[in-house]
Amino acid sequence: MSDPGAARERSEDTDDIEGIDVISPAPLEGQTPILEARGIVKRYGQVTALDGVDFQLLPGEILGVIGDNGAGKSTLIKALSGAILPDEGEIYLDGQQVRFKSPLEARRLGIETVYQDLAVAPALNIAENIFLGREIRRPGPLGSVFRMLDKGRMRREASVSMRDLKIGIRSMRQAVETLSGGQRQGVAVARSAAFARHVVIMDEPTAALGVKESNMVLDLIRQVRDRGLPVILISHNMPQVFDVCDRVHIQRLGRRVAVVEPRTFEMADAVAIMTGARPGDFITPA
Amino acid sequence: MGTTTALDQPGPQRGGGVRSLLANPASLSDFGPLLALILAGVYFTTQSDRFLSGANLSLVVQQSMVVGVLAIGQTLIILTAGIDLSCGAVMALGNIVMTREAAEAGLNPYLAIVLGLGACTVFGLLNGLLITRINLPPFIVTLGTLNIAFALTHIYSRERTVTNVPDEHLYFGNVFRIGDTRITYGMVVMFALFLLFWFILSQTTLGRHIYAVGNNPEATRLTGINTGRLLLIVYTVAGFLYGIAAMLLVARTGVGDPNAGQTDNLSSITAVVLGGTSLFGGRGAILGTLVGVLIVGVIRNGLQLIGVGAVYQILVTGILVIVAVAVDQLSRRGRR
Repeated sequence: MSDPGAARERSEDTDDIEGIDVISPAPLEGQTPILEARGIVKRYGQVTALDGVDFQLLPGEILGVIGDNGAGKSTLIKALSGAILPDEGEIYLDGQQVRFKSPLEARRLGIETVYQDLAVAPALNIAENIFLGREIRRPGPLGSVFRMLDKGRMRREASVSMRDLKIGIRSMRQAVETLSGGQRQGVAVARSAAFARHVVIMDEPTAALGVKESNMVLDLIRQVRDRGLPVILISHNMPQVFDVCDRVHIQRLGRRVAVVEPRTFEMADAVAIMTGARPGDFITPA
Repeated sequence: MGTTTALDQPGPQRGGGVRSLLANPASLSDFGPLLALILAGVYFTTQSDRFLSGANLSLVVQQSMVVGVLAIGQTLIILTAGIDLSCGAVMALGNIVMTREAAEAGLNPYLAIVLGLGACTVFGLLNGLLITRINLPPFIVTLGTLNIAFALTHIYSRERTVTNVPDEHLYFGNVFRIGDTRITYGMVVMFALFLLFWFILSQTTLGRHIYAVGNNPEATRLTGINTGRLLLIVYTVAGFLYGIAAMLLVARTGVGDPNAGQTDNLSSITAVVLGGTSLFGGRGAILGTLVGVLIVGVIRNGLQLIGVGAVYQILVTGILVIVAVAVDQLSRRGRR
């Protein structure tokens, strides 16, 4: 487990890097992207949803993906999470070319997705939700023959992952439906963070939540990043994106038109690029 | 940032104590069925001195045995947010197949039992295939197979009751005594099945997945659980259980009856609902179903003992069902 403070400091250090062109991606500095896509094309009949889009997620960052409706951001995320198979283009995970035929394959390779609609089983408790589909069984024949659950161990490990994310819930035996919306999303995030080895994708994780609860989830996203897992955040909410993200990928008409850094770039300008009011220069990654 | 985020806000807690029982209808729906059973038992004990005797309680269980085993299968299915209207008819088919093959076709009695169990299992599998492969709603599928099984039973039996059932088929009607109380082997089978499925549902991965798919099928699928295969297993196992119920029915009645089980589908659903399992799926417990079966059995028996007509037994059962569903609904609303 990484020291939560360390990654945070590192990201602040990058403030010192000079010469960042506002509409160009942050310099790679020899960093291999954790997740990279090149020239992804996806057509639905006559409609071209993705028109040769490139994408790069760097280690230890929160990357926002914004775009107008129809810009292709959800199609892009579906391609990256294995929900659709692109017609053209390549995807690289940790430098290795990959091809996900289903979300399960992406998950097996260490990419976890948190969905907007609070994808939990409400009547099951927190530990059961975190370990759903990946239950820990008792050691010995009790587990292998009788497929008996090791409830105690799952509760203890669930408790650790919740504590790692600083989610203060006392009992892992609590049914998820007794939690608030933010706490439920916290369970979904903890679940992804516990099992993701490479990337956590969050698809509109705050869409169903109020302001206060959204802020909790944004804190959680930072916690996940600070534990060393890069996060892709898809959101309609500009202030949230500019609040939490290290870099922002702007999607327009099926392509990436710009990557900006919220620390040095105005939100209004990003919106202008997103809507086409201001041309974003196309970027060819180094 | 502090040591914990603001996520640490109070939510309703599951806790002990009478106060939380009253404050939280969820716990009322957990213990309500048992409470109702005890209250009914106490009431009939005060009304009839014959009620609380070993012989009478044994009778209650024997009368509840067949519906009890059907209700185990029904519970599995309802937990997945499904429903099975075909269980009674499928049981009747199994009942006729095993008795007729043995008594009239002269087949080896054990082989005949296997055939009967097989017929029921095939119907369970058929339900499961139609629901998972063609994506038809369980209500409609099992309404169809209810009629198919019913018709096959009557065609195959030529509307005749099978009487000269071999002794091997009456094995589960054998009794042993604990004190003065007669316990049939069939009763033991029922209790053992409840225990087995309690274990599966509460202690194994399969059990967790059954609850999860009833709760949120899409989320369950996204975690990598093969939900289609899971439902197929559930419906097939339920079919096999109906076969066991058919076996117990033969042992209890001593005949193969084509008209058996015609209202048992509704009786089993009644027992499941009275036991606190939600018809919306994903919540409930198998031991609740046992309690639900016994509630129906005790009320029927008790009203009989105090000389109230059979129609009133049905009336009381109907009211109880509505109360049980209302409690379930109210507790769900409380959780939102």
